[in-house]
Amino acid sequence: MRKRLAAIAAVALIASLAACGGSDDPSDDASAGSPDETTLTVYAAASLKSTFTELGKDFEADHDGVKVTFNFAGSSDLVSQLQSGAPADVFASADQNNMDKAIADKLVEGAPVFFASNTLQIVVPAGNPAGVRNLGDLADPEVKTVVCAPEVPCGAAAVKVEDASGVDIQAVSEEQSVTDVLNKVVTGEADAGLVYVTDVLAAGDKVEGIYFPESDGVVNSYPIAPLADSKEADLAAQFVELVLGDVGQKVLTDARFARP
Amino acid sequence: MSLEVSATVRERDVDISFTVGDGETVAILGPNGAGKSTVLSVVAGLLRPDVGRVVLDGRVLVDVGRSRSSTWIAPHAREVALLAQEPLLFPHLTAAGNVAFGPRSRGQGRRAATAVAERWLGEVDATELAGRRPSALSGGQAQRVAVARALAGDPRLLLLDEPMAALDVAVAPALRQMLRRVLAERAAIIVTHDLLDALLLASRVVVVESGRVVEVGTTRDVLARPRSAFAARIAGLNLVSGLVAGRGVRTPAGLVVEGMADVPVHDGDPAVAMFRPSSVAVYREPPVGSPRNVLAVTVTELEPHGDQVRVRSEHLTADVTVQAVADLALVPGDEVVFVVKASEVAVYPT
Amino acid sequence: MPRPASGSGLPGWVFVPAAAGALFVVLPLVAMATRVDWSQFVTLVTSDSSRAALGLSLRTSLATTVLCVVLGVPMAMVLARTSFRGQGVLRSLVLLPLVLPPVVGGIALLYTFGRHGLLGHSLDVLGVQIAFSTTAVVMAQTFVALPFLVLSLEGSLRTAGSRYEQVASTLGARPTTVLRRVTLPLVLPGLVSGAVLSFARALGEFGATLTFAGSLEGVTRTLPLEIYLQRESDADAAVALSLVLVIVAVVVIGLARVRRGGLA
Repeated sequence: MRKRLAAIAAVALIASLAACGGSDDPSDDASAGSPDETTLTVYAAASLKSTFTELGKDFEADHDGVKVTFNFAGSSDLVSQLQSGAPADVFASADQNNMDKAIADKLVEGAPVFFASNTLQIVVPAGNPAGVRNLGDLADPEVKTVVCAPEVPCGAAAVKVEDASGVDIQAVSEEQSVTDVLNKVVTGEADAGLVYVTDVLAAGDKVEGIYFPESDGVVNSYPIAPLADSKEADLAAQFVELVLGDVGQKVLTDARFARP
Repeated sequence: MSLEVSATVRERDVDISFTVGDGETVAILGPNGAGKSTVLSVVAGLLRPDVGRVVLDGRVLVDVGRSRSSTWIAPHAREVALLAQEPLLFPHLTAAGNVAFGPRSRGQGRRAATAVAERWLGEVDATELAGRRPSALSGGQAQRVAVARALAGDPRLLLLDEPMAALDVAVAPALRQMLRRVLAERAAIIVTHDLLDALLLASRVVVVESGRVVEVGTTRDVLARPRSAFAARIAGLNLVSGLVAGRGVRTPAGLVVEGMADVPVHDGDPAVAMFRPSSVAVYREPPVGSPRNVLAVTVTELEPHGDQVRVRSEHLTADVTVQAVADLALVPGDEVVFVVKASEVAVYPT
Repeated sequence: MPRPASGSGLPGWVFVPAAAGALFVVLPLVAMATRVDWSQFVTLVTSDSSRAALGLSLRTSLATTVLCVVLGVPMAMVLARTSFRGQGVLRSLVLLPLVLPPVVGGIALLYTFGRHGLLGHSLDVLGVQIAFSTTAVVMAQTFVALPFLVLSLEGSLRTAGSRYEQVASTLGARPTTVLRRVTLPLVLPGLVSGAVLSFARALGEFGATLTFAGSLEGVTRTLPLEIYLQRESDADAAVALSLVLVIVAVVVIGLARVRRGGLA
C-alpha cells in the first residue's frame, strides 16, 4: 500500500513539473510572457471596446513580438484597480474626472491628451413603440426612460443635458453603466434611454437613435495617457501615438466618436 | 358499541377478521411480527388494507377492495383513539395541554377542555402532573397521561398497542390496575404478548400467528385449553397438534400422544393434546411401565420456576424438582425422555 | 460528577483550521471597519440617499421573508411528507436559485415577467407593470431567498417524522388543526432559522434586483445597489454603508438566536 502511494505521488509530481516547465503555445495564453514576447496592457473605458480592440490588432501587426491585452471596464473601476496596484501601461478614460483621480494619485506619466469625444443620443427599441421624437418626450411619465446614474460619466452627462435644456427626465431606473441602459432598451423593457452616439451604432438593428439638439452642448471628452509605473514606457507612448494619429482617429470616427 | 373488522394487507401477509362486542375489551395475542399492530393501524385509519371492512356501531369506516365503490373515513373522523407503546406526548404542550388536545380539536373552548383534562388526569391518578412538560415525566407517568389524553376525546373505541411494553416491570402493575378501572365500561382492543394483560384487562382473546387468526375465545377458555402454540406458550402449557388417531393425536411427523377427550371426537378431526409441565416426568431411558406417552427430546435449557426447575426442550417443557435435576445430572444438550400419563393429557378438537 | 479530563474531546489540531477559517471571515470585516472615516460616518449613513436605500432594503427584505414563509412552508411540507414520481427532479429545480448566479436569475425573471415576457405580456395588456417597481425587488429577492427556507424546513420536517401527526389525527384533529397545533410548533426552530437565512439573503441581494427591477432611489435602489453606485464617486460612503449592512445582518441573526434560546 505504501509503495503504491509513493508511486502515485511520484507520478503526480513529475507530471506537474512537466506541465509547468514546458512552454505553452504562445498564441493562446493571453498573458504568457515567453522571453521573446512583450505584453502591453491597456486599461480602457468600456465604451472603447470595439475601437480599441481593432487598434490593438493594428499595433500588434506593426510591432513584431508585441501582444496587446486590454481591460475594458467602467472608468472608475479601472482607476480603483490602478490605485490598488494593478500593473498596466496605458489608461484611456471616459471622462476627465476619473483621469483627474489617476493624476492625483501620481499614476500618470506626463500630461493626458484628449483623443475623442462623445455626445449623447436618445435610443429607442427598433420600431420606436412609444413614438419618442425629442428630448421633451422623455419628461412624459408614460414613457419609460432609463438613464445612467449621475455617479457614472454617461449619467453626469445626462444631468448636464437636463440642466441645460430644463427638461426633467422621468427616469424609471438609473443604471450603473451604459450597457445596462442599452440592455433594457434592446429588450423592450424601456421605451427610451440616453446613451452615447457610439453605443447606438454598436447596438445595430435592435435600436434606433434619435438626435436631439441639446446634446451638442454636452460633450464628453476622452483623455488617454501612459502610466508612470509602466515597464514598457516606449511601447506605451507609441500606442498613444497610434490612437492620436490618423489610423486611430479614422477607427474612432468610423464608430461615430467625434474629434477631441 | 360493536366492531367488525376484517382486513387483508398483502404486503405484510396479514388476513385477519374478528368482532368486538359492546363494552368488552378484546386482547389480541401473538408473537412479534404476527400482524397485530397492522390490524390496529387499519382500524385507526393509519393503514389502508388491500381488502377490508371495518364497521363501528353500524357506521362503515372502511370498505375497500370488494366492489367498485369504496369507503375510507379519515382517522380524525372515526372516533377511534390509539395508544402506542411510546406515549408520544406532544413535547411543546404541558400534560394538561396534551390531555385537552382531543376536546379542543373537536371544538370545545379552552375552559371546557381544561375541565375535561383535569377530570381525566384525576381518573389516571396523574393530577399533580398537569403543569409538567413531557420531558419532565417518567415513562410510567407519561403513559398515564397518554391514556388520559386518549380517553379525554371520548372515543367510541380505544386501541392499545402493547402499552406496558416500554415500561419498567415494577411500574407496569400500577398502570395495569388503572387501565382495568378505566376500561371497565368501555370498548377496547389491546394488543399484547403479556399474559397478565390478557388476564386482567380482557374478556375475550384473539390469537394471531403469522398474520392469521388461529384461535378465538374467552380469556379463561383460551388460557385453560389453548388451541394454538402461542397461547399455549404464554399459558405455560404443552401443546401438540395434529389429527385424531384412536385415543390420541397424531402429529404430521407421525408421533402419537394419547390422552382423554371429554367431547366426542372422530378419527381424522384436527385436534390438540394438551398437558401441564407438572405432569411430565423426565427419564434418561424410556421406562417400562404404565405411562402411554414416551417422548424423546433434547434438553435445550433449564430455568428456575418457583421452587422447581423447568426443563425446556424445543417444543415441550417439564417441571421437576431441583433434587431430580441434581440426581439425573441434567445439562442442556442431554437426550432424555419426557413421560406423561394419558390420563393427564386432554384431547380436544380445534 | 467528575469533570471530563479533556474539554471537548476534539483532537487539538482541529482548532488550527477552525481558527484559520474564522479569521478568514472576520479579518475582511475588521479591515473594512478600519477603513471607515469615523468622523464622517454618521453624516454619510444618514444622507437622504442612504436612508432611502436602508429603508427600502428593510421593507423589501421583510416582505420577502413573509412571502418565503407563505410559499416555502407548503413547499417544504410537500417535499418532506409526500412521495411522487419526479420528486427528486422537482426538489433540484426548486433549489436551483441557490447555485444560479443572481444576474441569471434576474434575466430569467425578466423573460417571465418583463413587458415581453411569458406572463408579462398578458399582465402588460391588463395594465399591470412589474418591472422597475418595488414589487419587482421583492420578487427578485424571493426568487433567490426561497430555497434557503425550503431547504432548512424540509430537513427539520424529515427529522421530526410524522408520528406525532398520526397520534393527533386519531385524537380527532383535522389535517389543518394538526398542521397548526402539532407540525408547525414542532419544527419552529427550523422554520425560524430558515426565515432568518432568507432575510439575510434578501438583504444582500444585488444581481437579480439590478437586472430585473432596475435602480431608482426610494423605489428599487436597495442598500447593496446604493453601495455599488457610491463606489463610483464616493468610496468613503460605500464603505460606511457596507458596514451598516453588516451591522443590520448581525443584529437580525443575533435576535433570532436569542429567541430560539428562550424557547423551552
